[in-house]
Formats: sequence, structure tokens, C-alpha cells
Amino acid sequence: MKEHTSRRMHPLALRIMHWTNAIAMIVMIGSGWKIYNDEVIFGFLHFPQPIVLGVWAQHALQWHFFGMWVLVLNGLAYLAYGIATGRFARLLFPIRPREVIAEAVAALTFRLKHQDLTHYNAVQKVLYVGVITIIVVQVASGLAIWKPVQFSGLVSMFGGFQSARLIHFLGMATIVLFMVVHVALALLVPKTLLAMFTGGPRLPDPAPLHADGAPAPDPSR
Amino acid sequence: MSLRSFFRPNRTSIARPDQSLMVENRALLERIDRRKLLRGSLSLGALSLLAGCDISNREEVQGVLRTVSDFNDGVQAALFDPKRLAPTYSRDLVVKPPRFNAYYEIDEVKPVDLSTWKLELSGLVKDKRPWTLDRVNALPQQEVIIRHICVEGWDYIGQWSGPNLRDFLTRVGADLSAKYIAFYGNDDYMESIDMASALHPQTILATHYAGEPITDPFGAPMRLRTAVKLGFKNPKWIRAIEVTNTYPLGFWEKQGFNWFAGL
Repeated sequence: MKEHTSRRMHPLALRIMHWTNAIAMIVMIGSGWKIYNDEVIFGFLHFPQPIVLGVWAQHALQWHFFGMWVLVLNGLAYLAYGIATGRFARLLFPIRPREVIAEAVAALTFRLKHQDLTHYNAVQKVLYVGVITIIVVQVASGLAIWKPVQFSGLVSMFGGFQSARLIHFLGMATIVLFMVVHVALALLVPKTLLAMFTGGPRLPDPAPLHADGAPAPDPSR
Repeated sequence: MSLRSFFRPNRTSIARPDQSLMVENRALLERIDRRKLLRGSLSLGALSLLAGCDISNREEVQGVLRTVSDFNDGVQAALFDPKRLAPTYSRDLVVKPPRFNAYYEIDEVKPVDLSTWKLELSGLVKDKRPWTLDRVNALPQQEVIIRHICVEGWDYIGQWSGPNLRDFLTRVGADLSAKYIAFYGNDDYMESIDMASALHPQTILATHYAGEPITDPFGAPMRLRTAVKLGFKNPKWIRAIEVTNTYPLGFWEKQGFNWFAGL
């Protein structure tokens, strides 16, 4: 009975927010590439038409300023959810530098164990907290480019208009890099990908915490 | 502001994307072609192929995207602070000459005959007598050294001077509670802005650049320069100004660009 009432590793609301974010991010990146093509920052880099979103620049702008609402509203809901339910505190913190280094070395030598889905290793924690932070900065630099007069303080903070554009571009590049690693790792350990569709293993209800913040081992295993 | 007014239902009907792709995007197509982004390989066949595998141009998708764009007009109007001044710069940062931009090339500019040029006024204006350039130049002059930001992403600092638009509109008895002002260029270009932006202290009818009369490629004898709009909202070679409550759209908006385009 308890099996059926206990929470999943990824509750339904979280899964919906994750995939909404994934789609919004792809829309923002594809349309952003098309917008970039009209005034390139790096002369050698044009994004080919088949991989951008929008036949013409105006479509790309339409998509970008549609996608921003989905990204920001969904992102705010995700942050509120993560803080209010304690998910961030339980899964993403604390981050210990020594563990990060040890587990990064283990990951790069393919020795990192990934048995317990309900517990993120230190490398995962850094990547997830890192990409969330980058997305927040990305929204801020986007706001600076969109409204450089109304938010002129934000523009100064980013070092000027073209500098804000460059930071917005580099933020995109970082997010794309994260997505490549994230998807590659999810495909390497398919049960993690499946968990983001089905919800993954059920958690003990309520999840008791160890002193270090990590969840207790699942007694059913 | 109510959520309903954000959507401006009276305008979504205008924004219907039912024109043919080629007609709708003629200017942009020429622009992109010239920029050789498509490396001269653009053909009607390739174009329809591109349109075929990208859903952006489908009518139902355009309906949604343009509705959101209209909603964003309302959001931007709400964000706009009529008292907030754009950053200004020192004269040594001014780029001379200004950067040319139009939907055609610089050698296709048709210069305005300054000896016969008159500024026409229409719509909700009491004194509709046309203005000669001498009369315009006799008005008090305001100089703004502001950043020009193009929707494409480039920018430069320019030094513009001419009569303040709010002063001018007050002088001719324009209805300052009207919603829109449209500016008609000597070419077929027209753009409209909201009254709040027209009345912003850094919105001027520029007749001079860096202290000299504006030259032909850059909008002689008069162009709009406002610190609170993207570049394409600043028509050049102005021949007529209309004050109206009827949403006048604009050259680029017909092709799907956002109307408010505020900075």
C-alpha cells in the first residue's frame, strides 16, 4: 500500500516542468541562432538554415519573444517548486569541492557508479546548479539586450550593449554544451532518461534525511 | 492596464499573414540576398523548400506568434517609463558619418529636392499648414548624443539635433492624447510609434548630424531620432506626419516584426 502512496523520484509536476523547459530552451536556441545570423559576432560562424528556427528573421524574433515567456514562467515555477518542496536542498546541496574533484576524476575514467538514481553525485550537483545559474544570467542578459534603456543599469553591469550580446551568446554556448553532456549521459544510463518520463523509483514516504542531507537508502531495495 | 487591453483584439485582424510569402518578404529577401547570407543560391524553389520544413510561416502558427507579439506590445508599453532618460555620450564617441541602413542599398537612395520639400501634417492636428525647411530650422534646436540600436544587433553612437518632437506637436496643436504618430518617408517607408514615446524628452525631428545638415543617404532633410525605439522605428526622408487613433502598423510590422520595438 505504501508503495502506491509514496512519491516518485521525479514527481509529475517536476517532469512536466523539465520537458517544458527542454522545449522552450530548444525554441530559444534555434530562434536565437537565426537572430544572430543577421549580425554575427564571430565572422566565421553562421548557423545553417536547416538548424535554425524561423524562415526569416522576424519569425525568429517572434519565436524568441514567445519562448521567453514559457522559459521564464516555467523557470520561476521550477525554482519555487525546488525551494518550497526541499528538492534543491535534498538533491543539489551541499556541494563539497573534494567530492566534486574525486567524482569528476572517476567520471572521466568511467569509474563513477550511478546505481542510486535518487541521489545525485557531486558532478551532477555542480552541473545542475551551474546550468540553473547560467540560465538565470541568460535571462538577465537577454533583458538587458531587449530593454537597454529601461534596464540601462543591467546593461552597464554586463559591460555595455555589445558586451551583453556577447555574454548572451556565451550563455547560449554554455547551455548547449550542458545539453550535449546531459543528453549523452542520460543515453549512457538509460534508466535516468526513463525516470524523467515515468517518475523513476519511489521514495520512502516521508523521505528521512541523513545528517549530511543525502536521502536514506531505500529499504525496499 | 487590464490583461485584455494587452492583446488589442482590434489589431490581430490586421496582422493576418495571408499575403503570399514572396510579396510579404520582398524587401527582406532583397536585403538578405544582398548580404550574400544565402550566397547567391537563393531561388524560388529553395525558398519554398525552406518554408516547407519550417512551420513558422504556417498561418495558424503565425496567428499564435503575432498574437503573442501584440501582447508583448502591451507589456512593453507598461514597462516604458516616459521619464526615464536613455544614456547619453560624449562627442568623441560619435561615429561619423552615421551608419547607413534601409531596406535597400545606399546607391538606391532617391535624394529629396530640398528646394521644394515641405513637411505635411495630417490627422488630429489643428494647424495643418505645411512646414518649409527654413521654418523648421528656425525652431529651438535640441541635440541628443544617443545610441542607435538595430533590431539586427548592431549599434553606434550618433549626434543628432533638430526640434524636439513634443514641442513641435504642441506648437501645431496636435492632440497629445491621441494614440499613434505615423511618419511617412519620401520612399514607400512608413513607421508609427506610440504617443508616449513620441513625447519622450529624447525624441526629436533630426535635421542635423554632428552639427551639419543631414546628408542624403541618412535621411535629408528630416528624420526621426528617438532614444527609446529600435532603429527601424526612426523613418528617414520624412515628408509627412500623421497623428491618429487608428493603428497605422508600419513597413516592417506588415512583415511580422514587433510593433512597439521599445528599448
